[in-house]
Order: sequence, then C-alpha cells, then structure tokens
Amino acid sequence: MLLPILRRLAEMLFVMFGISVVVFGIFFATPGADPAARIAGRNATPEVLAQVRHSFGFDEPLPVQYVKVMEKLFISRDLTSFVNRGEKVIPAVVESTPVTLSLVFGAAVIWVVFAIIMGMIAAATRGGIPDRLLMFLGLVGISMPVFWVGSVANLITQSRFHHTFLFSWVPGLGYTPLTQNPGMWFKQLVIPWITLAILYIGLYGRVLRANLVEAYQEDFIRTARAKGLSERRIMVRHALRTSLITFVSMFGLDFGALVGGGALLTEVVFNLPGVGRLTYVALQSLDLPFIMATVMYSSFFVVVANAVVDIAYAWLDPRVRDAR
Amino acid sequence: MPADLMTANPDGTLLDVRDLCVSFRSERGIIRILENVSFTVREREILSIVGESGSGKSMTSLAVMRLITDPNAIITGSITYKGRDLLKLSPKEMRALRGREIAMIFQDPMTAMTPVYTIGWQIEEQLRAHQNLSRRAARARAVELLGEMGVPAPAKAAGRFPHQLSGGLRQRAMIAMALSCNPSLLIADEPTTALDVTVQAQILELLLRLRTDFGSSVMLITHDMGVVATVSDRVMVMYSGIIAERGPKPDVLGGPTHPYTLGLLHSIPPMHGEKPHRLPSIPGSPPAPMGRPAGCPFQPRCEFRMDACASRPPLFRNGMQEASCWLAEKGMPDWAHERAIRAAGEAA
Repeated sequence: MLLPILRRLAEMLFVMFGISVVVFGIFFATPGADPAARIAGRNATPEVLAQVRHSFGFDEPLPVQYVKVMEKLFISRDLTSFVNRGEKVIPAVVESTPVTLSLVFGAAVIWVVFAIIMGMIAAATRGGIPDRLLMFLGLVGISMPVFWVGSVANLITQSRFHHTFLFSWVPGLGYTPLTQNPGMWFKQLVIPWITLAILYIGLYGRVLRANLVEAYQEDFIRTARAKGLSERRIMVRHALRTSLITFVSMFGLDFGALVGGGALLTEVVFNLPGVGRLTYVALQSLDLPFIMATVMYSSFFVVVANAVVDIAYAWLDPRVRDAR
Repeated sequence: MPADLMTANPDGTLLDVRDLCVSFRSERGIIRILENVSFTVREREILSIVGESGSGKSMTSLAVMRLITDPNAIITGSITYKGRDLLKLSPKEMRALRGREIAMIFQDPMTAMTPVYTIGWQIEEQLRAHQNLSRRAARARAVELLGEMGVPAPAKAAGRFPHQLSGGLRQRAMIAMALSCNPSLLIADEPTTALDVTVQAQILELLLRLRTDFGSSVMLITHDMGVVATVSDRVMVMYSGIIAERGPKPDVLGGPTHPYTLGLLHSIPPMHGEKPHRLPSIPGSPPAPMGRPAGCPFQPRCEFRMDACASRPPLFRNGMQEASCWLAEKGMPDWAHERAIRAAGEAA
C-alpha cells in the first residue's frame, strides 16, 4: 500500500513541474510580449522596468528565468506586485487560503450529506413521486447560477427580510477567522455555504441516483436480498458502497477546483477575501505576478485532489488496488 | 445413496408449490411467464428443474424466494414451505426466512458477490443477519464453513475479495455463504454454468454431499442434462412456463414420456461408440411469452404433432412419471412406433 502512494506522490511532483513550466511559458515566453512591461504594470517608469528586468533575469536565457521565477515563488517567496505598490504576493495568497478552505469545506459537507440523502431517497422510490420531485429540484439547483442565488440570498438576508426574526441573526458580509470568533465565522459563512452547495447537491444527487439505480440491477443486490438482509442494509452497505466510487472521484476534482479558486463568484458575491476574490481583483488590474501565483496555487490543489482521489479509489474498490 | 434416504418418510414434503402463476403487466397486455406450475421438494432430495432459457425455471426459483421485485408482477397460487404459505408472509417474515431457511446460489459468483467486500465479510454478514453472533464468532464460523466447502487455506481465503479467487473457489465461497445458517432448502440457479468442466464436477460433488452433511434439500436449476444425470433424485422438465414432464431421474432419463424430454436427451452426445456428425437438435426455438401457441406450447416444434395438441394437455401419470402430452394419456408412449406411423402417413 505504501509503495503505490509514494509512486503517486512522485507522479504528482512531476505533474506540478509540468504545470509550472507551462504557466511560466505562457507568462514569460510568449513571443511578441514584453513580460517586464506587464509585470511592472501600466504607466511604469523606465527605472521600474529596468529593475523588473534585472530581478527576473529577462536578459538571461529562459531556463535561468524559470529558475528565478520559481525561486521567487517558492523559496524566497518575495514575488512582488508592482501594480499594488509592492505588495508581496505569496503572503497574500497564504492569508486568503483559510477563507477559501472554510467556504469550500463547509459547502462540501453540506453537499455531500444532502446529495447522499437525496440520491438514496430518489433511488429507493425510483419512478415514484419523491424521486421525480427530488430530480426536478436537483435540476433546478443545477440550473441556477451561483452569483444569482448569492445575490438573491443577500437581498433577502441582508436587506428585505433582515429585520424579521428569520434573518436578523445574519451578520454583515465578510469573513471572521475561525480562531478569532467561531460563532461569527459560522454565521457569516452559512449562507455562502448553502449557496455554493446548491449546485453540487443537485449534480451529485442526480449522479448518485443514477449510480444507485444501476447498482440495483446488479446480481449482488439479488444475492444480498437472498441472504435475508434488510432493504436498508442492502441500500447502504451494498448499493451505496459500490456507487460511491464515481461520487468520490467527482468530489475530489470539484473540491480541488473550488479550493483552487473555482469559488470565485461565491467569494465575490459574499465579499469573502479568499483566493478566488484575489484572482478576480488581480485579473481586473492585470496584476501578472498575482495571477501567476494564484494559477500555480490552484493547479497545486487540483493535482493534490487528484492524488487523493486515486488513493481513495484504491480504498473504495479493491479491484483497483490489485491493478496497480 | 445414503441409507437413511431409503427409509425417509415419503411424505416428508418440505416445499409444496401449487398452481404457481407468474405474469407481468406490460403495455401490450399481461404476459404470462409461469402457468400453473405445481411441484414438491421432499426433505433431503435433489430436484432438478431443466429447461431452455425462457422456460421459466429461474422465474420459478425467484418466485419461491419471493425475489421478484418488479411491481408489475402478478403472482398467484401457493408456495407452502414447512406448512407456511410464503406468498402470504409479510416482507419482514419472508426476510427472516431468506438466507436462514431457504438459501440461494447463483450462476456467476463473480457478479453475485459484492465486489468491495471480502468473502469472509460477506459470509459473516449473512450469519449475523440471522444469528446473534459476535464478529469474532461469525468470522470463525465463516472460516470453518469455507474449510468444509473445500477451500484451501480458508482463513486466508476469507480475507480475499471475490475477484481474487478462481471461479470454482468463488462458487465454493458462495455455497459456504448460502449454507452458513443451515438452510433446509438450497436453491441453486445454474451453479456450474460459468465454471470449467472439471470444476463443475467438484461443485456437483459438493452439492451431493450437502444432504448428508447439512441435511439440506436442493432445488437445482439447470439447462445441462449432464448435470441432471449426475446429481438429481427427481427431474422436472419445464417448457415455455409449464411443466412438460417430471418424475424420478432414472425413469425420466431412461424412458421419457414427453417429446420435449426426448429431444433434450437426443441432444446429448453419446459417451460410447461413434459420435454423430451433427448432434440432433430440436428444430425451432421456444416461443416468446407473448406468442405462445394455443394448446400445447411445444406443438410447433414437435415431430409427433396431432390434432389433439390444439388443446392444452394436463399432466398424465404413467407409473412415477407425469407428462403434459396427449401421447402419454394412454400409457407410456412408444416413440419408435409413433415415428413409424408418421413416416407411413407422409409416404402415403
């Protein structure tokens, strides 16, 4: 078990290296564009430009430039934003990570729990009214854009119904660290969690239902019935357990992508200072060092999530374990 | 044959199926799958149910287990097991019976076992569903059962996943699981079809041993006359949802009284002497449930077809044998004679 995990980690490092080269290529080696000018930002003085050229080694060959950039990103961690007047990029990303993690983690708990409940109820009543109703609601959830749901939620909880007993507990938009005030952390995040989770509850619930219905066609379900097991046990231990394989792989990828900045719209709507909002702001001001850092950061989470999915796969499906 | 079987009470009926009908509601009307199937299984007896695919043999076994989950199924008749009508039990009562009193094994143990659990776990699960056992005791019993079923290194095998075992070992594990709660009746649905011939023989031997070691009766569903000849006490031949013929194995295999049984027996290659260039087969194929002919369902394929076949024959008894064929009405049919009559009729 240990060796495949180590091998997977080595693969992961290799993929990270590949991504860093591609990202570097896009930002620094695109023909016809001067990276120094872009890093320095609009209206940069010739002195600043010269300083950028020197510190990034743009007068040296590409491999040297690559090493210098990576050194700034990962070792000295002093990549500086010129657009934002000398703000250090890496600390800013590190600072906003807990916000994004809080948002995505909470939403993930909600969507996993509700999607499993929804999928199981729909599969148990397949063809019936609860099934159809839940699948319809799932489709509605998938179809609603997250920024719209977020805006509507804000309108209701922050403005129109804020004075009623229902939503008077909702604090103003923003983020309070968990370590500082757990109650406030929860209150400020619970509506963003639900907003972000709605899409995924619909998606995962529908996928899980399809997988469960498929699992119920399998011979081993008939065997489980022939063993005299209860319907509940058949559902949870046999049908759900074998259906979770698709669910988990989807979850890993979505979770990775969301932590890597995919929750951008939710963060912007709810004014959460996470990585997504950081990317959003950097994109607005074309802040190249920031964009590069957040791209690297998000690719890191996607790659890690992929590796975790692979390990979880082996844990969930013994057939995969042996195929290694 | 064990001595105690000879002295067994002839009325030791374990399972009594009467007028079992299974049909399905569909867009094109009601499809009748089983029509008035009646049979009994006695204690410690192996009853083979033979037939082509679509003959209703698997449906019969699923009906006995009450595993037909399709909401459009209509099941009538009675299935009396140890004096209780299974069709009248609540789902909960039936669940308590399944796996404990009546167990079932399936054709392909690869797909019939949940792929993500070890076989030991799956046997434990069944034991613990019916008996108040600790995990440790259940595991010990599972290992013991695997050993009894001839699985080498049973403790190690218990920790293996279904895909890690060979087909024969998987089927042994499946049988171990089915027998874990000492069922009185084991329904084996094509248990050897997915296995190699040598492994088939071992599994059949195991099934034969069950009645002495576990006191179980076996209802063996198969399409393989070789399997029937090896293990059964009595044989029931099904065709198109009805019973074509039934009786003790030596009688049915030695002197069939239904043309369908005759055809099935002809399709076995002879063990001795010159093999025929082409094995004789029954022309045509079984009718689809929607397109069953009126009267005897076998008549379109029957070489002995006659006017009487337009009406459905009941089961006629000749000695220990019963067959639903008009030719069996007046005693044992003489096939050579019947054939000669027809040949003469065609020549004229």
